[in-house]
Amino acid sequence: MIPVAFDYVRATSVDDAVRLLREHGDDAKLLAGGHSLIPMMKLRLATPATLIDISGIPQLNTVAVNGGRITIGALTTHAALAASDALRASAPVLWDAANQLGDPQVRNRGTIGGASAHGDPAADYPAALLALDATFTIAGAGGERQIGAGDFFRGMFETALASTDVLTAIAFDAAPASAYVKFHHPASHYAVVGAAAVLTMNGGTIGAARIALSGIGDAAFRAGSVESALTQVDTADSAAVRAACAGAAAGSEARSDTFASGAYRAAMADVFAARAVALAAGRTKTRR
Amino acid sequence: MNVDLTVNGETAVLDVEPRLLLVHALRDNLGLTGTHVGCDTSSCGACTVLLDGVSVKSCTVFAVQASGHVVTTIEGIGDADELHPMQEAFWSSHGLQCGYCTTGMIVSAVDLLQRNPDPSDDEIRAGLEGNLCRCTGYENIVTAVRAAGRAMRDGAARHSVRELMPLHGPTLEPPPSGEGIIPPQFQEAGR
Repeated sequence: MIPVAFDYVRATSVDDAVRLLREHGDDAKLLAGGHSLIPMMKLRLATPATLIDISGIPQLNTVAVNGGRITIGALTTHAALAASDALRASAPVLWDAANQLGDPQVRNRGTIGGASAHGDPAADYPAALLALDATFTIAGAGGERQIGAGDFFRGMFETALASTDVLTAIAFDAAPASAYVKFHHPASHYAVVGAAAVLTMNGGTIGAARIALSGIGDAAFRAGSVESALTQVDTADSAAVRAACAGAAAGSEARSDTFASGAYRAAMADVFAARAVALAAGRTKTRR
Repeated sequence: MNVDLTVNGETAVLDVEPRLLLVHALRDNLGLTGTHVGCDTSSCGACTVLLDGVSVKSCTVFAVQASGHVVTTIEGIGDADELHPMQEAFWSSHGLQCGYCTTGMIVSAVDLLQRNPDPSDDEIRAGLEGNLCRCTGYENIVTAVRAAGRAMRDGAARHSVRELMPLHGPTLEPPPSGEGIIPPQFQEAGR
């Protein structure tokens, strides 16, 4: 499959990328690892007139842990995140997502910024980043701004990014009691249902929980009712955890496709939310 | 536009359209047809090559993206005169049937052993998750990667891989002309 012809330019810095986006208008797209964009171009679902390759911009591919705050450059590959011991210790929910995303070759090329900017409803990162309440740093025509994950993922293939915006970094507070689990499509490896849990524990009891789900509706979302129901639940009581996770997909209209019906996705949302909570809680045990 | 590649140790300068995929540059422009196009949708891994030493699906990389970088294809891993231990192991363990996925499978397996020289069977299966085989059921592929890992760790010469694989018995000799191919132990029962 051959994409429609396009012009190819390389950006040397973030400012250069913003300038090129302004110059080439709405028909330009940024190219990082290309593992969301190129498949869509080959299917001619995307037909950009210009590709602006940002993969050579320095200093955007780092994972920095600074006093309990983790900042990840947008060009960091899934493989680099999956291999990061610092991320595994500080925010295992994102480490889980990076390790379960795609396959080794995809992880070697794809980037967290590209995957996030793509806004795929079945992607893994949106759930993890919502549960982490991550902050997105965006460079645009009007300078730099920051936006929360809850405002970033807006709908199917839709994010808060404008046509002249460059996502440069994603930051969040450390969350050692966290986990992401998924029911993956066996061929595409995308999430049929993905569930992320970030817990604040008081001993064996949940003090506060952030639960987010991917793969179910048009965009990943927080399961607010489950978050409330999990408060004060003793994680040793698995029946109580499962009961609190009932109706996890209630806030979303679950999609049906050839692989899974909406009702099945909703049922699996409950199951996988409970598994994410159990895994996240288990990760605190060694420190009790 | 100009693309400046190092492929299997040799420099290649190509004048290509930006939309040319790396796999087509390798196969059609450079004649390196050992890299295959399978699904063409980043799923099957038949087109896997090493880009700067790590495995990538060359159907999902534009040739222009690889400009200034180093590409290794199956032709650069080893050839018929000097097989790489992974190629030797796929042969001796019968890690293939039709062979279509094999070159991508071998490149991915080489990448896996670079990162993890002594993988468990589960780690081999996870490491080859990006490569699909519709013939073998994967059992002999896992066996082959295990054998190659052993041979590479031992620094063994090429022939020792087969010695490490006693389960597969002696090499079959072609039957004398005019005779059937029923092995001797089954000939009585067959009459």
